[in-house]
Amino acid sequence: MDLGNLFGIIFGSIFINNFVFAKFLGICPFMGVSKKVESSIGMGMAVTFVMTLASAVTWVVQNYLLVPFELEYLQTIAFILIIASLVQFVEMAVQKTSPNLYKALGVFLPLITTNCAVLGVAILNIQEKYNFIETVVNGMAAAIGFTMALILLAGIRERLEYADVPRPFQGVAIAFVTAGLLAMAFMGFSGMKI
Amino acid sequence: MAKNNYIKLLTDPLIKGNPVFVLLLGLCPTLGVTNSAINGMAMGLATLVVLSCSNVIISAIKKLIPAKVRIPAYIIVIATLVTIVQMVMQGYLPELYAVLGLFLPLIVVNCIILGRAESFASKNGIFPSLLDGIGNGLGFTLALTVLGSIREILGNGSFFGLQLTPPTFQPALIFILAPGAFITIGFIIATQNYIKMKKEG
Repeated sequence: MDLGNLFGIIFGSIFINNFVFAKFLGICPFMGVSKKVESSIGMGMAVTFVMTLASAVTWVVQNYLLVPFELEYLQTIAFILIIASLVQFVEMAVQKTSPNLYKALGVFLPLITTNCAVLGVAILNIQEKYNFIETVVNGMAAAIGFTMALILLAGIRERLEYADVPRPFQGVAIAFVTAGLLAMAFMGFSGMKI
Repeated sequence: MAKNNYIKLLTDPLIKGNPVFVLLLGLCPTLGVTNSAINGMAMGLATLVVLSCSNVIISAIKKLIPAKVRIPAYIIVIATLVTIVQMVMQGYLPELYAVLGLFLPLIVVNCIILGRAESFASKNGIFPSLLDGIGNGLGFTLALTVLGSIREILGNGSFFGLQLTPPTFQPALIFILAPGAFITIGFIIATQNYIKMKKEG
């Protein structure tokens, strides 16, 4: 296994091609849950868990079920069903095994089905022709990148509450402009090649 | 339903209840593909087709779906329609298919579609659902085209591929890159708030 290659995938997915700032995936929860740092950590954890798992399962289904039977055109349907049932399954498993974790993640779990970052990473893994380990690593790295973006914006938005923002900009508008400035900062990574 | 209500179903989502600028739904494709007006419009129209068809189908089969599994059932209907749109586009419009790329299969998880299925089509008849789908699809298309136009004019000096500015003018490239999308939509929402504040006095 080439470790340098894996490092490249991790660094690339977290910083250079950050899911939120460079690829525009997962914007809905990014704007919706980023009001408080605490809830954004919970959402980030839930997404990381589901995205890593979903990457692994969709890769197996694609390579051992869809490709051998020449059913690639069913990719979208198959993947979204896998993700939806996975989320349901994770929700039940967490509820049974760890009530505390369920309390922390509970409200965020159902929201993840419609988080396009999850379906996005599953499709990207196939498009990039990653092998199994690369797929899992990429899924996790992309989710960490998403979590980082979420926490960064939440930290800034918590402080914005006390700032003197012009009235038309109050609320979501200033959050979008802030995200734009953050995206500009992340563009600093875009020239890097590993 | 009276005739007035039908017209309202079509026109309300355009400005007053715009799914993107007012309800903040479907943000990923909104920001992801609007680096030019034509891309935004194409994405909007693809979503319009899926949304109208899914509203009609879900409204037609709403009595057959048990309440507990309704969300997975809706998702299957939507995913099937998206696959059809994907195949048609790949066959007839391969360039557009390449540009929209990943965001085409991601129409499945566009929250506008699932939102309309859950809040409108599952409670109303087939014809009103069709109108609601077309209305919301047009509202979405309008939002994407406006956002795409602003970004293309500022970032590339052109409008629908037509060069507007003289060659000596240096366009602000940042607007067709990632940060421009966030900043433009922020300013559009702020303008909207400003107009609303002025109206209320």
